[in-house]
Amino acid sequence: MENLLLQGLNGLASASSLFLVASGLTVIFGVTRIVNFAHGSLYMLGAYLAFSIVAHLPRGHLGFWGGIVLAALAVGAIGALLEVLLLRRIYRAPELFQLLATFGVVLVVQDVALLVWGAQDLLGPRAPGLRGSVELLGLRFPLYELVLIGIGPVVLGLLLLLFKRTRWGTLVRAATQDREMVGALGVNQRWLFTSVFFLGSALAGLAGALQLPRESVNLHMDLATITEVFVVVVVGGLGSLPGAALAALLIGELHAFGILVFPKITLVLVFLVMAVVLVIRPRGLFGRAQVAQAAVASVAEPVLGRAPPALKWLGFAALLVAVVAPPFLAGDYALIVLTDMAIAVLFAASLHFIMGPGGMASFGHAAYFGIGAYGAALLTKWFAAPMLPALLAAPFCAGVAGVLFGFFCVRLSGVYSAMLTLAFAQIAWSVAFQWVEITGGDNGVLGVWPDPWATKLNFYWLALGCSVVGTLALRRIALSPFGYALRAQRDNTLRAEAIGINAFGMRWVAFVLAAGFAGVAGGLFAFAKGSVFPTALDIPRSVDALLMVLLGGVQTLAGPVLGALAFTGLHEQLVRATDYWRLVLGAVILLLVLAFPQGLAGAVRRWWEGRRHA
Amino acid sequence: MHRFTLEAQGIQKSFGGVRAVDQVSFGVRAGEMLALIGPNGAGKSTCFNLLNGHLRPDGGRVKLLGQDITGLAPRKVWKRGVGRTFQITATFGSMTVRENVQLALQSHRGELGRLWTPSWRLRGGQADTLLERVGLAGQARRPCSVLAYGDLKRVELAIALANNPRLLLMDEPTAGMAPQERVGLMALVAEVARERGMSVLFTEHDMDVVFSHADRVLVLDRGRLIAEGTPDEVRANALVQEVYLGSGFEPEPEAEASAC
Repeated sequence: MENLLLQGLNGLASASSLFLVASGLTVIFGVTRIVNFAHGSLYMLGAYLAFSIVAHLPRGHLGFWGGIVLAALAVGAIGALLEVLLLRRIYRAPELFQLLATFGVVLVVQDVALLVWGAQDLLGPRAPGLRGSVELLGLRFPLYELVLIGIGPVVLGLLLLLFKRTRWGTLVRAATQDREMVGALGVNQRWLFTSVFFLGSALAGLAGALQLPRESVNLHMDLATITEVFVVVVVGGLGSLPGAALAALLIGELHAFGILVFPKITLVLVFLVMAVVLVIRPRGLFGRAQVAQAAVASVAEPVLGRAPPALKWLGFAALLVAVVAPPFLAGDYALIVLTDMAIAVLFAASLHFIMGPGGMASFGHAAYFGIGAYGAALLTKWFAAPMLPALLAAPFCAGVAGVLFGFFCVRLSGVYSAMLTLAFAQIAWSVAFQWVEITGGDNGVLGVWPDPWATKLNFYWLALGCSVVGTLALRRIALSPFGYALRAQRDNTLRAEAIGINAFGMRWVAFVLAAGFAGVAGGLFAFAKGSVFPTALDIPRSVDALLMVLLGGVQTLAGPVLGALAFTGLHEQLVRATDYWRLVLGAVILLLVLAFPQGLAGAVRRWWEGRRHA
Repeated sequence: MHRFTLEAQGIQKSFGGVRAVDQVSFGVRAGEMLALIGPNGAGKSTCFNLLNGHLRPDGGRVKLLGQDITGLAPRKVWKRGVGRTFQITATFGSMTVRENVQLALQSHRGELGRLWTPSWRLRGGQADTLLERVGLAGQARRPCSVLAYGDLKRVELAIALANNPRLLLMDEPTAGMAPQERVGLMALVAEVARERGMSVLFTEHDMDVVFSHADRVLVLDRGRLIAEGTPDEVRANALVQEVYLGSGFEPEPEAEASAC
């Protein structure tokens, strides 16, 4: 009984912090429609900045609390700067490009934090006067946690007052409902957006700073937080403050009690709840349909044409080199990299299939890659299957998962759909991580070696062959009547239905196909590495695939190929050359986003066509 | 042979207590051009959406060639032989004009499940024939996203004709077009309808279009059908003059924003 009370209070404390971060994200999304991946980084910066500022201020109440507030304000200023320098330039770009940009920020912030504060965990000071604990029904509970529990509702109250009672708040609420209309009324949107970013970022900074006495400050805070906060914001309904509060409460308590009730599936629980909420209420608990969404980024997708012949020949030539040259390369390293590239190309092409022609975003495509990898690996481990049957089973396993998860994901649209894919991917990851008896958990499945005939070189050719055939098959499907119908429902669902196209069915089949091809890539990956770990289906891997597709460009069929090659090559080189590869990669992403909002393939093609017309 | 291509029997629909369409019954005869008119908010669009499957009626029946199609999804209504165009033109912007029409033809032939045949191999010739019929042969290779509005209307028409419909539903077919273009488009529709023996039901604000192209006219007011007859009969109808034409017989400002 006492234990329950204690867990309940712990849950409230984490709910309170979660709400602070989530409120900032939801307010920013409501007004700017940007899904800010970097929100977790702002939270992390808040913690680091608070650590440094508090250390430089005199000890005592003023020093501590002053430091916290200063850190929050500083993060707010950083957020505003981010808006002015980066996001303001890409409001008109497609939604996913904004996402890519914010992910670039995540990478940059990670390495900047590493540069400034180092890799070791930092332990902050305890809050003065709140070091002790209180007695509650004969149990000791930390005083600071109690204060934290109070801060959440206070901030919620202040925010509600701000939004209900001030002119600025009215404008923010109006913009959340219909931003075009607010613009039409002559409100200075720039200022509004920047100030909203300031507020949202400051809230994230505050939440981060407040963690100082609770836990160590480290470099993993950003991604760990952003996933949780995405869940909260989506469950609550994007743009809704009360929704965020309720969802934070729900998720916080779920964490606290989940450990008691289902210790085996704690990691799944949160995402399971998110999946259930989204299946029942597709816009979250308090979410509303958005008005005038179409007007935001209604850039017509270009016609899928055939590539110019010269570019085609260039592609063939490159492929020829890829087939013929490797036997003459010295050492295994080049072969390993080339194999990785072949696998990455297929993985990216499969994601592109649902993102480009399908018009759906997936934040969890790694699930199908990983399920393919685990499928093949577990077959070899438990049934001693040879390589080829195991490889054949990989797309089948991934496809089955695609049938199941896809059924729910493709019914939703936009960010909600993307978040549901993320939820399913996390569920798959948790299963791989926590079902130790079968998957080996964190230790992975080892000894997944290719058949004896498949030397490094032969295996490379196998991977290349699968990758080329798979990518060309996806291309062919995209240009088939099915592919056209898929694009038709993306372009205009109403019109598509009016000529007899079953939009749901088309999306579902596309999802399953994409899952299957990702599964092939995953199966190859398992044998290329000789082992599979839960990282095969974690969030960074999903993000890698997203980066490849977005770098290459969503609108052309060659995009994912170029994107995968560029990303893998760059990544490989950077990791070898510098410890701060994230910083460089992030900066490159930001530059590319600002310079080529069409992606690499689009830019190359436009440059090519421009040259011919000149 | 059925007397009516499409028949509405006492259809009704309420939104939060307001009866948008109230016990409306009428029939579209084979091969006729039937206009549905009425002042803003009369329930024209709602009525239309009850017929094409976007809304399910609270009561009443909709029959197509004698078969009950009440509450069927738009997709299925289309499969039964109803083509439609939208008030705000809806085409697929990432495809060329020809591909738009080809896709509709492929869908009609049940070819959308084909994953391996290149789309350009299927129904290209038929698409060209249709495009020629609507006067767009020269635009076939252009992307829909760069077309002029008047041409888009013609693309929509070609798409709508792809399943050889027995009935064509046109919601405000000439909204947003220049006066000369309107006459041209409706003359084309009338011609095609005559050739194919296809019925056309359309809503319209432009009285010139209505009186020069409709064989019969239905008048809605506040969700009720208040008159039905030839253009001359409707013009002479006292009730119609009172509620609708009384205000000086003027076409209203177009693109009624309130009706959705």
